[in-house]
Amino acid sequence: MATSRTAVEMRGIVKRFPGVLANDHVDFDLRAGEIHALLGENGAGKSTLMSVLAGLYKPEAGITLVRGEPVSFNSPRDAIARGLGMIHQHFTLVPSQTVTENILLGLDEPRFLMRLSAYDRRMAELGERFGLKVSPQAKIWQLSVGEQQRVEVLKMLYRGVQVLIMDEPTAVLAPQEIEELFKTLRAMASEGKSIVFISHKLQEVTAIADRVTVLRRGKATAAGLKTSETSRAELAKLMVGREVLFHLDKKPHAFGEVVLKLEDVRAQNDKGLPALRGVSLTVRSGEVVGIAAIAGNGQSELAEVITGLRRATAGRVLVSGEDVTNHSAALAIQKGVAHVPEDRTHVGSAPNLSITDNVIMKSYRHAPLARGWSLNRLAARQKAEELKEEYSILAPSVDTSVRLLSGGNLQRVILARELSAKPKLLIAMQPTRGLDVGAIEGVQRLLLTQCEAGAAVLLSSEELEEIFALSDRIIVMYEGEVVGELTEHDAETIGLMMTGAKRQTPGSPA
Amino acid sequence: MTTTTPTLPNRRFSLPFVIKVEPRLDAPAWLGPVVSLGAIAVALLLGAVVLKLVGGNPWAAYAHIAKAAFGDIGVFSDTLVKATPLMMVGLACSIAFRMKLWNIGAEGQFYMGALGASMVVLIPIAPETAPGWITLPLMLIAGMAFGAGWGFIPGWLKAKLKVNEIITTLMMNYIAVAFVNFFVFAVWSEGGFQMSKTFQRAAWLPRLADFATEIKLFRGLTTHAGLLIGIAAAAVIWYILYRSLWGYEIRLIGDNPRAAQYAGLNITRNTVLVMMTSGALAGLAGMSEIAGAVHRLQTSISPGYGFTGIIIAWLAKLNPLVVIPVSILFGGLILAGREIQPSGVPRLIQGIILFMLIASDVLMRYRVRIAWNADAGADV
Amino acid sequence: MDPIIILQAGVASGTVLLFATIGAIFSERAGVLNLGVEGMMLIGAMSAFSVTVATGNGGLGLLAAMFVAGLLSLLHGLVSIHFQADQVVSGLALTFLGVGLSLVFGEGLSKAGTITLLPVYTVPVLSAIPFIGPILFTKQSVMVYIGYALVPLAWFFINYTRPGMHLRAVGENPTAADAMGINVYRLRYTYVFVGGTLAGLAGGTISLAISPGWFSELTTSGQGWIAVGLVIFAQWDPWRAAFGSYTFGALRRTILDIQGPTTLFGFANPFYYNPYWGFFLQMLPYAFTIIVLIIGSREALRKRLGAPAALGVPYVRGERGH
Repeated sequence: MATSRTAVEMRGIVKRFPGVLANDHVDFDLRAGEIHALLGENGAGKSTLMSVLAGLYKPEAGITLVRGEPVSFNSPRDAIARGLGMIHQHFTLVPSQTVTENILLGLDEPRFLMRLSAYDRRMAELGERFGLKVSPQAKIWQLSVGEQQRVEVLKMLYRGVQVLIMDEPTAVLAPQEIEELFKTLRAMASEGKSIVFISHKLQEVTAIADRVTVLRRGKATAAGLKTSETSRAELAKLMVGREVLFHLDKKPHAFGEVVLKLEDVRAQNDKGLPALRGVSLTVRSGEVVGIAAIAGNGQSELAEVITGLRRATAGRVLVSGEDVTNHSAALAIQKGVAHVPEDRTHVGSAPNLSITDNVIMKSYRHAPLARGWSLNRLAARQKAEELKEEYSILAPSVDTSVRLLSGGNLQRVILARELSAKPKLLIAMQPTRGLDVGAIEGVQRLLLTQCEAGAAVLLSSEELEEIFALSDRIIVMYEGEVVGELTEHDAETIGLMMTGAKRQTPGSPA
Repeated sequence: MTTTTPTLPNRRFSLPFVIKVEPRLDAPAWLGPVVSLGAIAVALLLGAVVLKLVGGNPWAAYAHIAKAAFGDIGVFSDTLVKATPLMMVGLACSIAFRMKLWNIGAEGQFYMGALGASMVVLIPIAPETAPGWITLPLMLIAGMAFGAGWGFIPGWLKAKLKVNEIITTLMMNYIAVAFVNFFVFAVWSEGGFQMSKTFQRAAWLPRLADFATEIKLFRGLTTHAGLLIGIAAAAVIWYILYRSLWGYEIRLIGDNPRAAQYAGLNITRNTVLVMMTSGALAGLAGMSEIAGAVHRLQTSISPGYGFTGIIIAWLAKLNPLVVIPVSILFGGLILAGREIQPSGVPRLIQGIILFMLIASDVLMRYRVRIAWNADAGADV
Repeated sequence: MDPIIILQAGVASGTVLLFATIGAIFSERAGVLNLGVEGMMLIGAMSAFSVTVATGNGGLGLLAAMFVAGLLSLLHGLVSIHFQADQVVSGLALTFLGVGLSLVFGEGLSKAGTITLLPVYTVPVLSAIPFIGPILFTKQSVMVYIGYALVPLAWFFINYTRPGMHLRAVGENPTAADAMGINVYRLRYTYVFVGGTLAGLAGGTISLAISPGWFSELTTSGQGWIAVGLVIFAQWDPWRAAFGSYTFGALRRTILDIQGPTTLFGFANPFYYNPYWGFFLQMLPYAFTIIVLIIGSREALRKRLGAPAALGVPYVRGERGH
């Protein structure tokens, strides 16, 4: 529903960070009552541009007009006062406080004493009005990710924002939840609110948005295109700058012996609640098994149990027939288990150490890197140089601190380390998250090369398309259990399984 | 139609430039030492201000310190004597801090090391007639063992129960001092005074003065073999941290313990080992002070060496080799500072130095750039 | 070894720990670790004593203590909040600074003169209550009564008021607080200052009420560090802080009294006949702190509770975390 009233206009925005020009004279305009998508690869500058609009950053140049008046925000508070609110990828909620407290956070009311019961009722009513059901007295850590997102939306609605910016909102949602979100957004738009939908997913953009602006490397390659007048292929080209192949060359080949076998594994999460409730699966040499699951349904804990980072309370983990249940991480590494972790910076690397130091993390105890008690620094350096070359890691030198590397290059360092050990079993958790298209293709190719070389690969990804492209077999997890195992690319069934609406009856063919 | 207009709303007046503070990508190698030296200079200035406020004469005081510490070979020898335990305590703090283990208990580990070394002579474990080459190594081992044991307790508590090591090591300081006091007063007190009997010559670390008959220059110089022990220890710790496999593990755990765990390292074992090593080094300092300088067990063996060690480690940026010259500097400060009124001045200066050091660290991570308005939009 | 006397004195000396601990609770709830408490207490004690000697007014002395300690702690705030330095080292530096300044400016203070202590009160009706009356309400310094009031006030403020909610948010998830328009830096500075003033107040309480006089470093003898440990035992809750502080106070008094009598519970008193065993008694408060810490840590592990999530982590707006 297009009206000619302009809600927001940004002209010539320039925003710089050390070493990178995030927004290069970008123009953007938003109409009242529309859903406008901001499309681009990871790192294109979409979040930055909207962070400027939402008052988090001050641009180096450019002006912003809200309903025709120039504005300059010093903090998110100013922006919210003008009716602009942003919901970030990483939720800004305080886990130990309740829904109502979080919604009230930062406001000047209640004046001093916290009499929350009246507010609890108000929050419940607000939720009813927009179809966002939450329990006001629940604490945030008790809620599912989808429910937390609803709280974030309510936070903004309570403050009466007219322009809602959502940064990659569907990353943590199942297909059905995405549909619900879209319904909510359309309802809000029909009330005259404007929505900016930041995404890198083409199919969602074409599904929900009225118009789309495409960013590439900080510049706008298309502004305010009507989605009805363009195609996915054209948008992809605008996003990446060249023809994008949507297929990968996956050579079919025979599978070998069983490398990984899980028998009724149970484990708890960090809060002491059950995370794995009896998971059994097998992965053969040369096979890629993809785990389709929404964040928080046990796949992270599963990877940690297999790699020795978490205790299994029951069940067995066997690698090439050997029982490695609850042995140390060191043993798993010794047995040829490679692990590309979800969290690159906090788990997968030591940020202040050099590329060399990061690359030898798992192999430094063996010759030629170890010489008695000493570290053979020359050999380590040589190895790092070789890997830098082989995996096309872009960095000034192997002595550079990895915290200065881009996400894609850091992932290459991690992959170089894990894959150069010629693993028997590779556990890859969200390997392409946050990477741009070029890097994604590279990583996916590397994974396929491994499986062609005979490694067994267990892959977990939030992008169903990626799972479809890479996996020989798909396992669906919900609430710590395997609820389905299939080989067909049946997005609808898988989606239902991911939200627990459907289960495969045991005994069905894998 | 794109116009580039200034982002700031109309101001009444504006300077022709803007001062920007931005995160730094990389710091040039010379910046660290320059910033540290600058910090010390500013600290000395501030110390001078405080001295002035209490009615002292700062420049006279500083000149006195310089002369009293480095003026001639005699006082320099005394400075080295003070630097010796500082060196080892500085090493103790350096290795612990590398793994982000905040060992504030070097003072207590020092006392325990002194106690252990004294026990060899006072129980006695080595008979009084035993020659030096038996007694001294025994004292060394005992000193290190007691220090290591004292470091083991907080290390184990941290590793197994995640108990905050800052507070436990600190508490152990007070416990150690009381423990040693007990032995001094109740068990080995000489005539009711707060010290034991003086040790036999065999339990003295050789001093330069011992060779005065051969080399006239060494007459009266009390610099003792502890200095050599300290330098040797610095070399060993340097090797460990920069060349050995264990040092790599320490640095990895210190930078990111979760990544270290993911890589299969045993954090518990390393925590305990590093705390024991740190304690052993501080205990070694205690033994060196007993056998080299004091030659008996008494109540106040340390004017806060353990705490000065923290500052030394920080100033040396946790580099074992740099600890050597920094210890000499602080040794001079402590030596000369004894004669300055008010008595809290050396402590105050140390505090200001540490403060300035941490404050100046910010210059390593951020830089100040002056952007003239003309090129406000230009690229970096 | 009269239990009433011990508890009464315990409440008095425990009040010192109480102020320092609650101050540290405020600071840590906002996410800033302040290890400089010992230094702040010492300079508070010195300032209070010297101002009271100079002006004869104990109230002015207390104000001076709070002001000086608070101001100094702002230095720690500047370095750790704005410069994002490591909060552990910054706190240590603050201690050295506080101790150094106290010793320098306090030189000769012990001979400067005597002061009149802060007023001591006995509450009329309440002091007649059996057992509790003599302990809590009889001949206690005014500071003790202030302590009684501080605990519920602090608890209520933190948990049941809007500014208290903001305080907790800043320590748990500063990004969320910032996104909602709360000025994280300003709040952190505020609570670091509050922590500093309370530590200064604790110091003033020592030199003007509990152990009057100035004895250089012996004035505090490590109580600031014990307070930091008590915060963990208290699980950042003012009521538990009170329990811990008063218990410690009672412990200190017990240590003093136990060496006096010739018999103890019917047996010959070993501490009377072996005066050097007093050294082991001296160790007790510190050993107890370690035990208390172990208890607190195990509980935190068990309940998966623990420190405010952002404690000790400098906040940088716009840090891109992937």
